[in-house]
Amino acid sequence: MTEANVTTESGDDLKPPISQTGIIGWARHNLFNGWFNSVLTILILVAAWQLIPPIINWVFIDSVWNTTGAACQEVKGACWSVIPANLRLVVFGFYPAELQWRPLLAMIMLISLLLYSKNRNNWGKRLLIIWLFGLFLMGVLMRGGMFGLEPVESAKWSGLPLTLMLSFFGMVAAYPLGVVLALGRRSNLMGIRSLCVVYIEMIRGVPLISLLFMSSIMFPLFLPKDLNIDKILRAQVAIIIFAAAYIAEVVRGGLQAIDKGQYEAAESIGLNYYQTMRLVILPQALKIVIPPTVGILISTFKDTSLVVIIALYDMLNTSKSVLSNPEWMGSSSEVYIFVALIYFVFCYLMSSYSRRLEEELEYKTTD
Amino acid sequence: MSTQDTQPDDKVFFWYDPVKRGIIYQAFTLLAVGLLGYYLFTNVQINLERQSIATGFGFLDKESSFEIGESLIEYSSADTYARALWVGVLNTLKVSFVGIILTVILGTFIGIARLSSNWLVSKVASGYIELFQNIPILLQLFFFYALFYEVFPSPRLALNPIEGVFVTNRGIVFGVPASHDAHGAMFIAFLAGCAIIIFLNRWATKRQMTTGKVFPVFYTAIGILLGLPLVAWLVYGAPTAMNIPKLSGFNFEGGVNISPEFGALLFGLVLYTAAFVAEIVRAGIQSINKGQTEAAMSIGLRPGQVMKLVILPQAMRVIVPPLTSQMLNLTKNSSLAVAIGYPDFVAVAGTSINQTGQAIEGVALIMLVYLTISLSTSVFMNWYNKRIALVER
Repeated sequence: MTEANVTTESGDDLKPPISQTGIIGWARHNLFNGWFNSVLTILILVAAWQLIPPIINWVFIDSVWNTTGAACQEVKGACWSVIPANLRLVVFGFYPAELQWRPLLAMIMLISLLLYSKNRNNWGKRLLIIWLFGLFLMGVLMRGGMFGLEPVESAKWSGLPLTLMLSFFGMVAAYPLGVVLALGRRSNLMGIRSLCVVYIEMIRGVPLISLLFMSSIMFPLFLPKDLNIDKILRAQVAIIIFAAAYIAEVVRGGLQAIDKGQYEAAESIGLNYYQTMRLVILPQALKIVIPPTVGILISTFKDTSLVVIIALYDMLNTSKSVLSNPEWMGSSSEVYIFVALIYFVFCYLMSSYSRRLEEELEYKTTD
Repeated sequence: MSTQDTQPDDKVFFWYDPVKRGIIYQAFTLLAVGLLGYYLFTNVQINLERQSIATGFGFLDKESSFEIGESLIEYSSADTYARALWVGVLNTLKVSFVGIILTVILGTFIGIARLSSNWLVSKVASGYIELFQNIPILLQLFFFYALFYEVFPSPRLALNPIEGVFVTNRGIVFGVPASHDAHGAMFIAFLAGCAIIIFLNRWATKRQMTTGKVFPVFYTAIGILLGLPLVAWLVYGAPTAMNIPKLSGFNFEGGVNISPEFGALLFGLVLYTAAFVAEIVRAGIQSINKGQTEAAMSIGLRPGQVMKLVILPQAMRVIVPPLTSQMLNLTKNSSLAVAIGYPDFVAVAGTSINQTGQAIEGVALIMLVYLTISLSTSVFMNWYNKRIALVER
């Protein structure tokens, strides 16, 4: 460094040039670095200028929020009135109106359970027991017939509670099955291994719809004449069968990631197969696969919407039934956007939680 | 048996011999599965007898007597169920094939955009990914289908954004060149061009390996691919007649029509799956160490060459396996067509089941077809994956 470069007036620290700091500097670095990026930025800004004002007009300015269906026909913007007018139908479906506090309570319980399980300090056997007890209580709340609750037949279960029930009960039931299948696929016993491989690959190779079709038209043929299982339970079984195969593959990944030394160490202290798995391998393997398991929960949650096709009334189908009401015809965009928003909030929260968890667990293992 | 006297260990109770115990376990498991199967089978037989449904695939030869909205092959309601199902298979393959190609292209663009140094581009891409990943595909299909019907006008008031293209609620109609012998010749010329380019590429690589001289394969390839069909077109007298759609009655005639069902299904599948593909592409590119780029640049490769010769071959190894499962997901999700009325295989099979009552055969066929598609796609992708896998030297 020569002296000419260093000595400036009075030795004050030079501030960075204005073009490198603040908004201008940020924009230069992040939006206008190079001609290609500048062109892209300008294109996006022009597109936003063209698209965003009409969308805001449609959503907020020209829209109506609390009118009748007939008044909606004259409005240029969105007809959000369809949501408050049909909120109960969309969310609770055909559950008897005076008993709708029960599914509401069940949903609040489920969400508080989820929030409680978010904290990793609460994880443990106790949490498992709380979950099983909670799911049992939710089932009682939905079904009734116990503790002086009026029974509600399952044909009336619909809307968001049905969506949540199919996905969370399905996940809880599919998890042990998936773990058993994964262990079976890693087994040394040829017969058991090939059974598990065939099951997993076959289920993963077919779409969920075909299983739902099977549940709605083939299960009745499989069962004896006098045994009649209701439609929701049959769909639930199909979802469990489907999710278990995917869980099995995820758990298998976890099992493969466990070092061989762990197996050998467990054997050398005299543990048998079940003890090895229960005390040494599974606790580690299942912990590794928590983030992808949340991923499967998300896709199961989204996939429950497929029960529309076998005419169950989950949230997507109750919203469709709103649209079949002549008063609200033509408001399909509004209703679908509302339902999409509910799905989005649930899935987004779960996926961002799984991402955070992944980072935390990764950080912990490298510790 | 002779070892029995020499090995004292053999006196242990058979229950403690892992080999024998394993055999017993397997025997019990297989027995349980067999019994379950037998139980279900007898139930099915009793139930079928009670409902007097004939079993077997004999119904495939009977007249289907239902119409199918769109078909790649000649089909009428007088044809057999077998042909109707075949139409369904072709429709499934059509939407999956077009969908997979568009998805890979769109997903790659968004994945790269997600990594852009441009803040706005990267945020738009990640917003897209979050939005489309977190909404059920079925809801998206319903939404796009409703959009088609509510936003687009009837054929009489068709939007006409470009000459020869009409957007209506009966589909998107556009003009195509009227059929002419020249097109077949152009297609053959194009295939011949592809073959020539493969040989040219081999020759150029070999020459570069031995002499170090670089041959401009890329520009030559473009020249051949465009030039040969052009020559064929000129040889056949350069036909320019177009098959332009015309409004007649309530709908358009002529041209090619993309039905609202196909359009909504394709649109929904591509937008949904592309969000997942984008994340895969991003992860693949990020998995490559920055040192690789720097090393490649330091030996004097240009940015394009860095991408083509150094980054992509390595990123592909990370990308291909999850990409395969996304392609399969798209194919399986195409079965949601049944919800918006596109006649894919599941829809046609569902109609057949309703008409004939052959539920078991129908569902078995659905599973068989998807299993075949899934397994053959994974066999092909495994072959490709092996080809690009790391060759340890």
